[in-house]
Amino acid sequence: MVLVLALGDLHVPHRAADLPAKFKSMLVPGKIQHIICTGNLCIKEVHDYLKSLCPDLHITRGEYDEDARYPETKTLTIGQFKLGLCHGHQVVPWGDLDSLAMLQRQLDVDILVTGHTHQFKAYKHEGGVVINPGSATGAYSSITYDVNPSFILMDIDGLRVVVYVYELIDGEVKVDKIDFKKTATMHA
Amino acid sequence: MQHQGPVREKEKRGKERNELRDLVGKNLHVLSQIEGVDLDMYKETVLPRILEQVVNCKDDLAQFYLMDCIIQVFPDEYHLQTLETLLSAFPQLQPNVDIKTVLSQLMDRLSSYAATSPEVLPEFLQVEAFAKFSNAIGKVIEAQVDMPVVGAVTLYVSLLTFTLRVHPDRLDYVDQVLGACVKKLSGNAKLQDSRATKQIVALLSAPLEKYSNVVTALELSNYPRVMDYLDNSTTKVMALVIIQSIMKNTTCISTSDKIEALFDLIKGLIKNMDGAQDDELDDEDFKEEQNSVARLIHMLHNDDHEEMLKILCTVQKHILQGGPKRLPFTVPSLVFSALKLVRRLQGQDGDVIGEEVPATPKKIFQILHQTIEALSCVPSPELALRLYLQCAEAANDCDLEPVAYEFFTQAFILYEEEIADSKAQITAIHLIIGTLQRMNIFGVENRDTLTHKTTGYSAKLLKKPDQCRAVYACSHLFWTDDQDGIMDGER
Repeated sequence: MVLVLALGDLHVPHRAADLPAKFKSMLVPGKIQHIICTGNLCIKEVHDYLKSLCPDLHITRGEYDEDARYPETKTLTIGQFKLGLCHGHQVVPWGDLDSLAMLQRQLDVDILVTGHTHQFKAYKHEGGVVINPGSATGAYSSITYDVNPSFILMDIDGLRVVVYVYELIDGEVKVDKIDFKKTATMHA
Repeated sequence: MQHQGPVREKEKRGKERNELRDLVGKNLHVLSQIEGVDLDMYKETVLPRILEQVVNCKDDLAQFYLMDCIIQVFPDEYHLQTLETLLSAFPQLQPNVDIKTVLSQLMDRLSSYAATSPEVLPEFLQVEAFAKFSNAIGKVIEAQVDMPVVGAVTLYVSLLTFTLRVHPDRLDYVDQVLGACVKKLSGNAKLQDSRATKQIVALLSAPLEKYSNVVTALELSNYPRVMDYLDNSTTKVMALVIIQSIMKNTTCISTSDKIEALFDLIKGLIKNMDGAQDDELDDEDFKEEQNSVARLIHMLHNDDHEEMLKILCTVQKHILQGGPKRLPFTVPSLVFSALKLVRRLQGQDGDVIGEEVPATPKKIFQILHQTIEALSCVPSPELALRLYLQCAEAANDCDLEPVAYEFFTQAFILYEEEIADSKAQITAIHLIIGTLQRMNIFGVENRDTLTHKTTGYSAKLLKKPDQCRAVYACSHLFWTDDQDGIMDGER
């Protein structure tokens, strides 16, 4: 059982002062094996905070990130799954599933994680999965109205991944879960 | 005794004095333990006699020790009831006695007493403890003209702690203490003594910790006056303490005059103070400071639209004084705070004919335009471009076509004239394409112009692969769900 935290678009300090207190109390160091972050942290303080939760931290560049050295895309393998990471502002139209699917094929990954729209989404698409963890701070977005803070925890176990999405709605943390199983035959 | 005898016997004398001191101390201690010595006896007989002895010995070291001893060995409730008598002894002591330390000790003891036994608080009121201490301190400071500033401030810190514990609801008392401190400090230039500075920081931090709502501290009229006596770097330290208090308690500050008061307190962070050098601060520290200010902006909020607009104007006024180094940190926070208000105004259709509705999206867009324009002095073209595009999208959602067009124009100007780095250009053009793709408000002419421009720039990117990617992204500009303008662009 490998726990992967996926989050992004925190936009600290431009659009939000900090992560919601309820999220902060849930995110405890030592419990998570990997963190993948879609980008737009935006400052070093947030980077250091995430690093303190888990040393294996992967970040891609968002258009407001202070550190310009983050890569545009990243791929990594966890267990039986190939994960792809990209902020998403590079994929036009923003949030469009077909365009994101193009990116997924290009990176040749099972799970594609992108952000930018600040809206949680999880699609099963052509044998793979396209996930958007939303904005962990509920930051303003020109694309999405009424953003609820959200992040994702993936439990990767063999050929199966369970995606837990945590959303802060009206002050309460709501959890939902989605199951994905990787078929033995890889997508073309 | 200390003056008698030759110097070489000083050490022997010192030892003798210590022994004598311990003996007297023990006696006092035993006295305090005697069961028969109740409050009345203490008040009528014991204390007056001891004080008589203390005053008559006319030896400053002994007096200091003995007063200290009295305070330590007898119970706090006795001190409370005999406060007048005890305090009246102080002016009668030798001029060199360190009265302030004794006074501070007494106040600290009684503060702890009040903290641990809240049921005795009424007694404090009955005895008028605050007034007595205030007067006593005033007299001591007046009498000891040569007292160093740190001593006076330490006294006030003790009195403030006492006041916050015993009379937390009496803001006027707290203000009084600060006022007295200001009086003592006036006439001096800004403090250079680091111990005094530390004490002042303690003085100012105490109300923040006690009340955990900065708004209460903002009501203390003497608070900013005390801060004025701090040197520049300590003013900044104090400002950060204030901001941290706000963030920790997630205090929301909701009126423009409170915010005005707050910005006055933290002005050390907002702009260069007189005499301060621009580059005297470490880079990392500067970033941390400014990021704190940026985060603070999100704590300034009011659900009422008019008040929120006033808040935005107040914040804008202050941060525009920050200069090119600060603007890249503070401007984005203000912009997004304003965009949130625009969205709230959008939600309600508020065109009531005949009524003046000051808070309109149009007004806010004007403010936004001004604010983002200020970034040109930094210069920060990439950030400004992103912010213009955000505003354009917001204007689109408000059905303000000319405003949205204007924002796009500004974005293009920045792209054409300021963004030269090829990587930056790629990101910028994709942001322009992405934003333009979502715009549904432009009429045919406007849309054509913008699309044409965008496609043109896409084709002119430095490397061929980037050109291709950008141009095929542009293809989305020609076909949207509710409009099919099929045009053959550069492809």
